[in-house]
Amino acid sequence: MPETYPFSSRSFVLHQENIDTDQIIPARFLTTTSQAGLGRYAFHDWRFDGNGMPRNDNPLSGCDPHTTSILVTGRNFGCGSSREHAPWALLDFGFRAVISNEIADIFHSNAAKNGLLPIIAPQSAHAWLMEHPGAGIHIDLESQTVEIDGFDSFHFDIEPFAKHCLIENTDPLGFLISKMDEIKRYEEARA
Amino acid sequence: MSRSLFEKVWDEHQVCAETDDTPAILYIDLHLVHEVTSPQAFSALDAKGLKVRRPDRTLATIDHSTPTLPFHKGMSPPYASDANAAQVERLYANTAHHRIELHGWESPHRGVVHVIGPELGATQPGMTIVCGDSHTATHGAFGALAFGIGTTEVGHVLATQCLLQRKPKSMRIHVSGQPGPGVSAKDIILAIIARIGIDGGTGHVIEYTGEAIEALDMEGRMTLCNMSIEAGARAGLIAPDQTTFDYLQGRPHAPSGAEWDEAVAHWSDLRSDPDAQFDKMVEINIDALKPVVTWGTAPDTGIAIDAQIPPPKTASDAKALDYMQLQAGQDIAGAKVDRVFIGSCTNSRLNDLRAAASVMKGRRIPASVTALVVPGSVIVKRQAEDEGLDKVFKAAGAEWREAGCSMCIAMNGDKGAPGELIVSTSNRNFEGRQGPGVRTVLASPAVAAAAAVTGQITDPAKLKQVAHA
Repeated sequence: MPETYPFSSRSFVLHQENIDTDQIIPARFLTTTSQAGLGRYAFHDWRFDGNGMPRNDNPLSGCDPHTTSILVTGRNFGCGSSREHAPWALLDFGFRAVISNEIADIFHSNAAKNGLLPIIAPQSAHAWLMEHPGAGIHIDLESQTVEIDGFDSFHFDIEPFAKHCLIENTDPLGFLISKMDEIKRYEEARA
Repeated sequence: MSRSLFEKVWDEHQVCAETDDTPAILYIDLHLVHEVTSPQAFSALDAKGLKVRRPDRTLATIDHSTPTLPFHKGMSPPYASDANAAQVERLYANTAHHRIELHGWESPHRGVVHVIGPELGATQPGMTIVCGDSHTATHGAFGALAFGIGTTEVGHVLATQCLLQRKPKSMRIHVSGQPGPGVSAKDIILAIIARIGIDGGTGHVIEYTGEAIEALDMEGRMTLCNMSIEAGARAGLIAPDQTTFDYLQGRPHAPSGAEWDEAVAHWSDLRSDPDAQFDKMVEINIDALKPVVTWGTAPDTGIAIDAQIPPPKTASDAKALDYMQLQAGQDIAGAKVDRVFIGSCTNSRLNDLRAAASVMKGRRIPASVTALVVPGSVIVKRQAEDEGLDKVFKAAGAEWREAGCSMCIAMNGDKGAPGELIVSTSNRNFEGRQGPGVRTVLASPAVAAAAAVTGQITDPAKLKQVAHA
């Protein structure tokens, strides 16, 4: 999990709406029993043709996540399946945050748990970012602020417990286990 | 205070209410597990030295990675790859180690996870049900709050039987009217998704109400709730009624005797109060609805089967038309079909197969078309064979396979070839979903069967009468 905040990077823009999890990682790569090394499958069929050769029309052409680790996309990113392989693949590819004006529910939840920051931008900032690939972006999780070089900064929402877990690098499972007495009482009361 | 069905189920399962700082702790009654989204969760548990807390509330099956080609007892299943086989073997090992009920190859109840849960009677009204699978919404047909989760959350439920959740918003979709001939639950849900959009339900739990919903049998209700996620909603549910109770009574995991009466009394209270508030309300009338097929690469592109493909409104629409090799203004009927898939957690139950068989009966699939019929479970397969449906499919020239997810997710070796157009009874028509470069048209079982026997998208009502033997 990427652990340092705040961080800065340039944006990489994907102009499409409704980028579904089958695009993010095609289902035939879900036969793994590990979560490591999935970056090579990220947007696989956009990057490679049926023979495994690079595609000329690859929308990720020129994307170097070392310098462009903030993905900016059209509306409803991550729709479709519940596969956590999608954020695992994006993180392993090198992305650290996804900025859109809408992010699908299950992907949003999975991304936050793995440290791929799902950020919903206001329309004006989103529209500007979509038109300015390579924009310099600074993300501060503590203050929940995104600063954009050459444009206004904005505040973003994140579920407070998810934020706490990311900043403290805490496993939420520990919190659930700490409530085991309450869970047992609940079970006994219903039995 | 008046509450919706969703709120009642939610409230009953709160171990701890949410605070500003922490989500609610939600108790999970039933955790369904399959081979694809669970191995990393079991590994996380094992690494922490944790046990599965309630194996008795956990039910596992193999469905996604499993081949559907028949094989002889005692032989190894013809897996498409070593990775597929390893994934299934891992679930065997994990469920044995943690003493979880697994419906593997040897089980007479094996099948698609969202088919066997209800079939076993494990899915019951008022329950919270989760699975590492977005089509868990299927179980909402029984008035359960059922939704898909990621693998990290699968680990949370395995270890604690609980989930950390913020309460979603609520949405009511009221469906009035009566379906015309040939209109099925699949057409209703495709029409709903086309109306509210692929993200129309994002952040919400949908409750489906109205006479058209009440008139559906349980299989139809499952088809409907199944595709809630295709409108962005993690869960969709329907208040339980006599239809629900009749379906469940006598099933292996359903209560019996005095416990049954007690359960029915409780389940009968599971409905939204008349003045319950919803964050969003939609009304749809289906009197004029015709069979629906999709033209694009998102499930909200459904149109009537006798309609023309609409002009593109967005760049995404234009891209979808290009991918689908279809033209705006063109009749969707008549588009050439290469392959047909009848199956998936959306449409692989007995009534689905009956609908498909009634269209295929006495007809032949042309040599240019390949058709695959994949029952949702071993039970469905046996029931279909008892009725002779398999003979109808085979006589028409379709392949009759073993139960599994098959070509819906196309990770078990069942898939289309690049450029092929597949009419599919599954739930997603995303680019490449059924194989790289494959073009998918979503439709009901009857429409898929009509596509198979004519080699083009065809309204089953337009087929010439055949003399049924």
